[in-house]
Amino acid sequence: MAEAPVNDLGLEQDLADAVLGTWAEDTETAVIIAPDRILDVLTRLRDAHGYDFLSNLTCVDYQGYGGKLRGDVSERLEIVYNLYSTRRGGGSVALHVRVPEDDTVPSATSVYPGANLQEREVYDLFGVKFDGHPNLRRILLWDGFHGHPMRKDWHEAYYEEDAKPFRSRHPKGEYEFHEDKLPWSKNTTYPAGWDPDSWQEAVAYVPVSQAPQHENKPHLDTESIVVNLGPHHPSTHGVFRMLTRVEGETILALEPEMGYLHRNHEKIGERNTWLMNMPFTDRLDYLNSMSNNWAYALAVEKLADIEVPERAEYLRVIMAEFTRIVNHAWSIGFILNDLGALQTPALYAIEEREMILDLFEAVSGARMMCNYMRFGGVVRDLPEGWHGQATYLANERLPRALDELDRLLTENEILRARGRGVGYLAVEDLIALSVSGPMIRAGGLAYDIRKAEPYGIYDRFDFDIPTLPNSDIFDRYYIRLLEAKESVRILQQALRDMPEGEILGGRGGYTLRAPEGEVYGRLEAPKGELGFYLASDGKTQPWRYHIRSPSYINLNALGPMSVGYKVADAIVILGAIDIVLGEVDR
Amino acid sequence: MASLPPNFQQLKQDQLRPFLHDEISVPDELEANVLITTVDKIYNWSRRSSMWPLLFGLACCAIEMIATAASRYDLSRFGMEVMRPSPRQSDLMIVSGTVTKKMVPAIVRIYNQMAEPRYVVSMGACATGGGPFKEGYNVVSGIDKYIPVDVYVPGCPPTPEALIYGLMKMHEKVDRQSVVSVPWYQKDSSQFVPVPRLGPDVFDPRQVELIKDTTLKAASNGAAAASNGAGGAAAEARGPVQLSEKAIARMEEAKRRWRAKQG
Amino acid sequence: MFGTGLLKGLGVTLKHALDTFEDDRESVPDRYRGSLELGNNRRVIQQPIDQEGLLTIQYPEEKRLLPERFRYIPMLIWDSEKQEDRCTACGICAKVCPPQCIWIVRDSDENGKPMTRCSDFYIDAAVCMSCSFCVEFCPFDAIKMNHDYELAVYDRYPQLVYDMAELTVPLEYYAALWPTQYEEEQARRKEEEEQKRKQEEEKAAKAAARAAAKSAAAAEETATAGAAPKRSAAELQALAKERAAQRQAQAADGGGSDDDDAAAAKRARMEELKRRAQERARARKAESGE
Repeated sequence: MAEAPVNDLGLEQDLADAVLGTWAEDTETAVIIAPDRILDVLTRLRDAHGYDFLSNLTCVDYQGYGGKLRGDVSERLEIVYNLYSTRRGGGSVALHVRVPEDDTVPSATSVYPGANLQEREVYDLFGVKFDGHPNLRRILLWDGFHGHPMRKDWHEAYYEEDAKPFRSRHPKGEYEFHEDKLPWSKNTTYPAGWDPDSWQEAVAYVPVSQAPQHENKPHLDTESIVVNLGPHHPSTHGVFRMLTRVEGETILALEPEMGYLHRNHEKIGERNTWLMNMPFTDRLDYLNSMSNNWAYALAVEKLADIEVPERAEYLRVIMAEFTRIVNHAWSIGFILNDLGALQTPALYAIEEREMILDLFEAVSGARMMCNYMRFGGVVRDLPEGWHGQATYLANERLPRALDELDRLLTENEILRARGRGVGYLAVEDLIALSVSGPMIRAGGLAYDIRKAEPYGIYDRFDFDIPTLPNSDIFDRYYIRLLEAKESVRILQQALRDMPEGEILGGRGGYTLRAPEGEVYGRLEAPKGELGFYLASDGKTQPWRYHIRSPSYINLNALGPMSVGYKVADAIVILGAIDIVLGEVDR
Repeated sequence: MASLPPNFQQLKQDQLRPFLHDEISVPDELEANVLITTVDKIYNWSRRSSMWPLLFGLACCAIEMIATAASRYDLSRFGMEVMRPSPRQSDLMIVSGTVTKKMVPAIVRIYNQMAEPRYVVSMGACATGGGPFKEGYNVVSGIDKYIPVDVYVPGCPPTPEALIYGLMKMHEKVDRQSVVSVPWYQKDSSQFVPVPRLGPDVFDPRQVELIKDTTLKAASNGAAAASNGAGGAAAEARGPVQLSEKAIARMEEAKRRWRAKQG
Repeated sequence: MFGTGLLKGLGVTLKHALDTFEDDRESVPDRYRGSLELGNNRRVIQQPIDQEGLLTIQYPEEKRLLPERFRYIPMLIWDSEKQEDRCTACGICAKVCPPQCIWIVRDSDENGKPMTRCSDFYIDAAVCMSCSFCVEFCPFDAIKMNHDYELAVYDRYPQLVYDMAELTVPLEYYAALWPTQYEEEQARRKEEEEQKRKQEEEKAAKAAARAAAKSAAAAEETATAGAAPKRSAAELQALAKERAAQRQAQAADGGGSDDDDAAAAKRARMEELKRRAQERARARKAESGE
């Protein structure tokens, strides 16, 4: 969709020399920029061309690359930027910057503050240093970890082969338990010559460990302290850690710490065949396996140019919208939980979830890990009676349940008192921080990929993008309720109009050889923009498999949103971002 | 952090040990007492019927755990609805999800903080053996490599019924225990699990010698990484920690001081 | 007025509580609409979608009715008609398995020649992610997803590494769990067999015709056209029988008494599985309204 060739970028003459060339004409064209000019180009694109949203920033290691398109480029690493315009909508501009090993790149944080977490991730996993980054330290792994694991030549302890299927599983091979490979029978490996006795744990410099100046110094001489929340804390929605510097109860600075659920999706994904990654995507945002499936299928279909039959498109929309309702109900329940309304609202909110999960189970076989979509459609058709049940659910039960939830919560004075005006951040700042999804819609900007760059068959449905003006906790709660109601509308239309027919286009089968090239596919997941950046060298495995997860990038805003509020509010602010750790840490 | 002595954890453990574990021994004459079976029944029934889980979720399985506690499956039928956020008040740790290397020190610390009797249910493929993420560089292939596990529930993720079945297996296990033989009333039976440390990779203090053997040998062989030089030898020191004489002496000293303080 | 929102919310919860209480108390049979009795007060429950609220499923006394497509851990199919494992050790399931939890050992005859069956088949349940790719891509319908989720154990190894004996179930069990799919498959298999038979017949007829033409051309004698194919088919059958007998003999004297025990255990297990399968089939039937 809407590639932007060099000329369309319309860069003025003074920046034209920054463009070194293009790459991968077959799929998405990327423009290669000279490393020292990248900031100028980004600034110009943002200010003069309206590309205000840095969606995706990642890195590809091309060592040992087998494809033909790249020719004899000597630089090993390539940083990828995908920019979008929230005002105009439409497709992206993809920029590449080639970096030799151990070289540095200017940090994009000064132009797009949202590059913060993504650049840290690239530094952590690839070892690329970003000049001018305010806080460049490891994010998913811990300080002191040996090496940068996403590099192609970095192998973990249980490493077998570069690509699955592993020969040891097949009838010809010798099976070996992973555990037997190492004397300590654990999935660990240590550098040669390392002596555990003399090991000192690395001391991490965390910004909150430095006391910021308190400006309105009161009459009392107070001191601020660092309070740690997590990784085991009931309000952090999993294994997430926040370091806060507080004075009294007021937060002066907040620093998210993550990686406690970093499950190496990307490294495992490069070893998997294209199809094998499908069930792994279920486990990213484990509340919404259906939209994850779809996002991945969408990206691969774009790369390999696979057609999706009509009925499958409808089925996808139905599943994705059901999953959106599940997610929003869950998120509402747990925002209230974080507010201190323990259990009751959460139990009410997730009641209907069970009914939807029953439907998922009937169609796909599993409640949560649906693994339902394939490249070119979906894997199974609806069982008998499913359509009737889903129609009843969408027309009768869900609207009633959502109204009940509305009556139960929205006018509640405590919710209003705790939610109004808390966690405010202007929508411009949110976009600069690359925040997407319900968060920006609760700030008044109607940006929804379903409308801005329609995928699937969303252009056929009649639905609105609800927006609310205040950008606070209460609006972030309420926007989810409104969105769930819109999803019900889409469901009603989709269930009504669904045609009979094929459900799986393409070739099927378990081997897919995607053509060489790269692609960035994205969709509006319940939590925001979920994107898959895929690079292929024409083999049966992806060369690079990167997940742009909304939960992770939305956390950019956690610190700025929490400063100035109380500790108890920070918990709700986190809850209202609606993160799922499986997706944050991947 | 950096100013702490390197053996700080060990010192702290040695100091804490005598305080955390009661050492009540059952007199010999009480053995084979008829009363014991009745006592056992009551003892086990009460423990089984109010086994409070730790409010502790790791990954996907945690969502199914919440679903188990919610309206449809209703864990309170088993006296388990009070999920305690504090390890001090909980009897059961449901390790629900992928254990990562970054997280495992925290989990072991939480486990150490739980009071005996304590049980561990490993829920789902990931907690049991690493699951689909087993080969990952940041994934621990099974929580039982660090802490003892009582019941394993396979499945990815286990459905709520499967989890409840696992919890019932847990109950059966509790039912089979006897007050005279349960480990936490025995002398020196309940041990602190040494907290794994984050080095270049996570490492278990119990395996330091083993690791040193390999890394130093690899260094002398000039190999690039220790793992490449390691063969298939599985000579692992399992079981309770072997304490050095110095450590035992230190403990004795601590105990003596404590008793003196008690008067 | 301040507090009306709170009161409204409380009203919602009160109404909900009263409704469900009434539902439980006054319409008990209603609660069990669509459920069936299993004996010993065990029930299988399926909540009708139009029933308000959510039924609490009192597992283990009550169970939820699992949909046919429910998947947990794979199982291997023992074809009870042909008395053989359907698995041919082609290894496709191990190839497509995303977490690589399947390990197959192909059987070989005494000369070391690989055969189309496996001598061992392991699934590591501590790695399996229940994605059912193995089922999707098995060309022989030999591996299916089991519905049995009551698998919790006290020890991880070796209990959670399922071997072939633990994984194998008779065809009836599968037919009871997956009735619709089983029917479809059976129809498809029959058709395929029919086609195969036809093809073979055609081939035989052609061969016969060729042979006839040849012999006619060579000796100019009238050959008995029908005899050749008939004999060859009979021969084939005899050969197959011989081979089966050989295989059985091999299995019998392969391991001595240990193996006999194992075989007996396997038979017992098979019986047990059959019994369970029948039970389930009954339950299914009863549930479908008989």
